[in-house]
Amino acid sequence: MPAWSEIGYDSKIEGDFIVTRIDAALNWFRKNSLWPMPMGLACCAIELMAAGASRFDISRFGSEVMRFSPRQSDVMIVAGTVTYKMATAVKRIYDQMAEPKWVIAMGACASTGGMYRSYSVLQGVDNIIPVDVYVAGCPPRPEALLDALIKLQNHVQHEPLLATLKKA
Amino acid sequence: MPRHARSDAPYLSQSVSICVHPWFPFFLTVSALDLAKQLTAKFGDVLSEPAEFRGEITIQLADAERIAEVCEFAKKELSFDYLVDISSLDNYGEDPRWTLVYHLRRLADSCELRLKTGVSEEKSELPTVIGVWRTANWHEREIYDMMGIRFRGHPDLRRILMWEGYPYFPLRKDFPLAGKPTQVPEVAFTQVAPLEGGPFVTAPGSKDAIEREPRVKTFES
Repeated sequence: MPAWSEIGYDSKIEGDFIVTRIDAALNWFRKNSLWPMPMGLACCAIELMAAGASRFDISRFGSEVMRFSPRQSDVMIVAGTVTYKMATAVKRIYDQMAEPKWVIAMGACASTGGMYRSYSVLQGVDNIIPVDVYVAGCPPRPEALLDALIKLQNHVQHEPLLATLKKA
Repeated sequence: MPRHARSDAPYLSQSVSICVHPWFPFFLTVSALDLAKQLTAKFGDVLSEPAEFRGEITIQLADAERIAEVCEFAKKELSFDYLVDISSLDNYGEDPRWTLVYHLRRLADSCELRLKTGVSEEKSELPTVIGVWRTANWHEREIYDMMGIRFRGHPDLRRILMWEGYPYFPLRKDFPLAGKPTQVPEVAFTQVAPLEGGPFVTAPGSKDAIEREPRVKTFES
């Protein structure tokens, strides 16, 4: 049985109780309300907005609450070209985000620098912050971003939450 | 009614150097060449004769130190009330190394005038024109950031595109496209971009634009 189904509930067997592991439950809470920090830096941000609007509707996955405050967000979506001048701000905002936090590098520029092989552009945001999911495309369609979000949710569901808490 | 009635007027302004705006009375139209001649009459010792190319007028200014003075006259007396752009060229290997190009415009009748002046590499400095057009502020900051030409009298000559403390001027011809590594601790850094003979590489000094421009190339080796 896959790990993500551990929180399954069968009323005939369990009655009014749900039996699960605490970290599976906590991860389930987390993965279904990943609030994004929209780091919109270039044209990818337009696709990010489309993902948030009614046709693609990112709220189906619990991520519709775009917080422009890093203190309230869980996942930073780096959407666009990261210049060296902006890199300092991106790093600073990432540092201000509370744990637990994740990063999606959306599009070719955020992932690798894209077509900007240039003195002014950071060659991939993973030079300064750890990235969990990379999205290909220039810019990626909103479905690609939603796919990345679902991949991130699966990643969050499988995190050994209590084990890392004990270490800290 | 004269032949150049209001309906023809906008098309005329796109032809040679006669400047007409639909709202402008026909008998008051004036050509950019006339205005350029007024300017050279006033500053004959430093200004070249107006050169015309495809309906556009260019004047060379021999002494960059007098740019503010010339611009002041162009605005006050000839009503060039809009500074479209200031750009800078790097004539690498020649003297003077820098050329600054000022695009002047009259909003009332769309007359345009181009002023060019050279600045030597040793000096790399000329007076600001912020006192004439306030819009020059950011244009001059951009030129300072990208080319390293300073504007005397500028109230706020900081970098505008690169981060503060960056030590190079990246639009100079002797600066590599890939950039140079820099590091200012706690502030910012840059690294060399991987080019690897890719499609984004210009080949300076090639014989024509097809060879020179960045596009997909197959390199032997």
